[in-house]
Amino acid sequence: MIKINNLTKIYHTPTREIVALEKVDLEVEKGEIFGIIGLSGAGKSTLVRCINMLEKPTEGSVIIDGTDITGLTSRELLSARQKIGMIFQHFNLLSSRTVFGNVAFPLEIAGLTGGKIKDRVGELLDLVGLSDRAGSHPSQLSGGQKQRVGIARALANRPKILLSDEATSALDPQTTGSILELLKDINRRFNLTILMIAHDMNVIKRACDRVAVIDRSRIVEVGKVIDIFSNPQTAVSRNFIGSVIDKEVPEHLLQCSNRQRPGTITRLIGVSFIGDSTGKPLISSMIKKFDVDANILYGNIDHIKDIPFGHLVLELTGEPGQVAGALDYLCGFGLEVEAIDSV
Amino acid sequence: MFDPGAYSWMAEKVLVATWETIYMVLISTSLSYIVGLPLGVVLVTTADRHILENRGVNRVLGYIVNAVRSVPFIIFLILIIPLTRIIVGTSIGTAASIVPLTLAAIPFVARLVETSLKEIKWELVEAALSMGANAWQVISKVLLPEAMPSLSLGVAITAINLVGYSAMAGIVGGGGLGTLAYYYGHQRYENDIMWVTVIVLVLLVQLVQMGGDALAAKISNRRR
Ligand SMILES: Nc1ncnc2c1ncn2[C@@H]1O[C@H](COP(=O)(O)OP(=O)(O)O)[C@@H](O)[C@H]1O
Ligand SMILES: [Mg+2]
Repeated sequence: MIKINNLTKIYHTPTREIVALEKVDLEVEKGEIFGIIGLSGAGKSTLVRCINMLEKPTEGSVIIDGTDITGLTSRELLSARQKIGMIFQHFNLLSSRTVFGNVAFPLEIAGLTGGKIKDRVGELLDLVGLSDRAGSHPSQLSGGQKQRVGIARALANRPKILLSDEATSALDPQTTGSILELLKDINRRFNLTILMIAHDMNVIKRACDRVAVIDRSRIVEVGKVIDIFSNPQTAVSRNFIGSVIDKEVPEHLLQCSNRQRPGTITRLIGVSFIGDSTGKPLISSMIKKFDVDANILYGNIDHIKDIPFGHLVLELTGEPGQVAGALDYLCGFGLEVEAIDSV
Repeated sequence: MFDPGAYSWMAEKVLVATWETIYMVLISTSLSYIVGLPLGVVLVTTADRHILENRGVNRVLGYIVNAVRSVPFIIFLILIIPLTRIIVGTSIGTAASIVPLTLAAIPFVARLVETSLKEIKWELVEAALSMGANAWQVISKVLLPEAMPSLSLGVAITAINLVGYSAMAGIVGGGGLGTLAYYYGHQRYENDIMWVTVIVLVLLVQLVQMGGDALAAKISNRRR
């Protein structure tokens, strides 16, 4: 669907050159929600803006459905852009137009008139749940409603791709949730490819199938969100994940461990669950099978898109053989088990 | 002192002169926008990184605009008398005044329009570009409508300036309140006429400003 090859973007300012993207390669499949995460200034916006050529790449190509858009004439580019929707952090709605007028804007650009515009705007406002606000001005809407208008506007010409540049960053967590659900729904219904920038891993976790981690102008990691969560390869990724899933056990919990019986050992282990296994009573069956005490110090179950994902910190106490057996038992279910610290 | 005959004579003179002033200001404001508005749009859009980026055009226009604006109006008025004669056939009267008034106002309008359009957030232009808008669509559907409140204040400022300029033109025979004040007030020491003229000018300027403010507020309110 989108194939980015060797993309480099250098900004020339009067004082210096800024390398915003360096030799970026990326492939986005049709119908997926692809996340791009990185710290501020990493080059995320530059990357998506090269996809609709709001920025002209210094080097490299961006191929959409087999067409290299860096080679289009300016006229061809205008019609290509009609098939690439974009939504923004600050919505960028026109204050001179009503909600209706804002959604009609791209249709006017595409050369539609009167009745056709009216019908299509009606459908779109229905889709985003704002049929009753057609006559309102943007300033009369909440942030979430403004972004819904932004989404309706971006979808007006039935694009193949939707680019989202921090579309939820200006919204509160609850509104962010409802906007992400709307985008997921649109993605499923129209098999729309969505490229979603975020600096918040919660957003990626909630909506994306795959993610690219971008750090200082380079892509450092690409993969399924669930794989990156369970097995991050770079420090940047680990930091982003750490901001969402806190595996660090608070100090005071480590100190209240049980007094040991003679001949037993106590091990502190972290257990990560992904997918189905969260539904099974593995811990209780482990305790029944082995002669160990399991003290849950910390636990958390979360969802990555719609797949459950959990993390537990257990204190296992028992004879060394029994503890080792219990650990093997858990590993046998495909859980990721790591020793945090031997107490 | 208060002779009714003299009073009605003065009233008629003032009325005619007021109408001439309004006429000159209306026509020269309109004409100066016909040229100055597109010029302002070009100044904005040919700037670096803008939709019609063109350094040469932008610089040359900028220099011309600055050059014309730096000539004091009273000198400009005299300087272009030959041109006025070619266009209108005479250099005296209201029609003749419209030429220098318009020409002097064009660069002023261009800068006012430029300032108004520059206030529009670049992100709005980018949003339109991302939807495939061409330069003309960005100008006509984003820049001008979004800047409308500020543009209408600019029209008021232009008209007010032209009221003042038209009085100056009046002194060299341009007609309107300026001529009235100069001939009767200054040359014949008829102070009554001088004062009435001043009062009418003040009222005129107030009215234009109120009109501009009201229009800008009305447009902004509709968007609120
Ligand atoms: N128009 C521009 N001119 C100069 N530098 C820019 C421009 N846009 C972005 N940059 C620089 O490029 C780098 C990447 O910016 P950006 O893509 O906006 O990052 P992000 O969206 O990840 O915060 C930053 O260092 C930024 O300052
Ligand atoms: Mg950004």
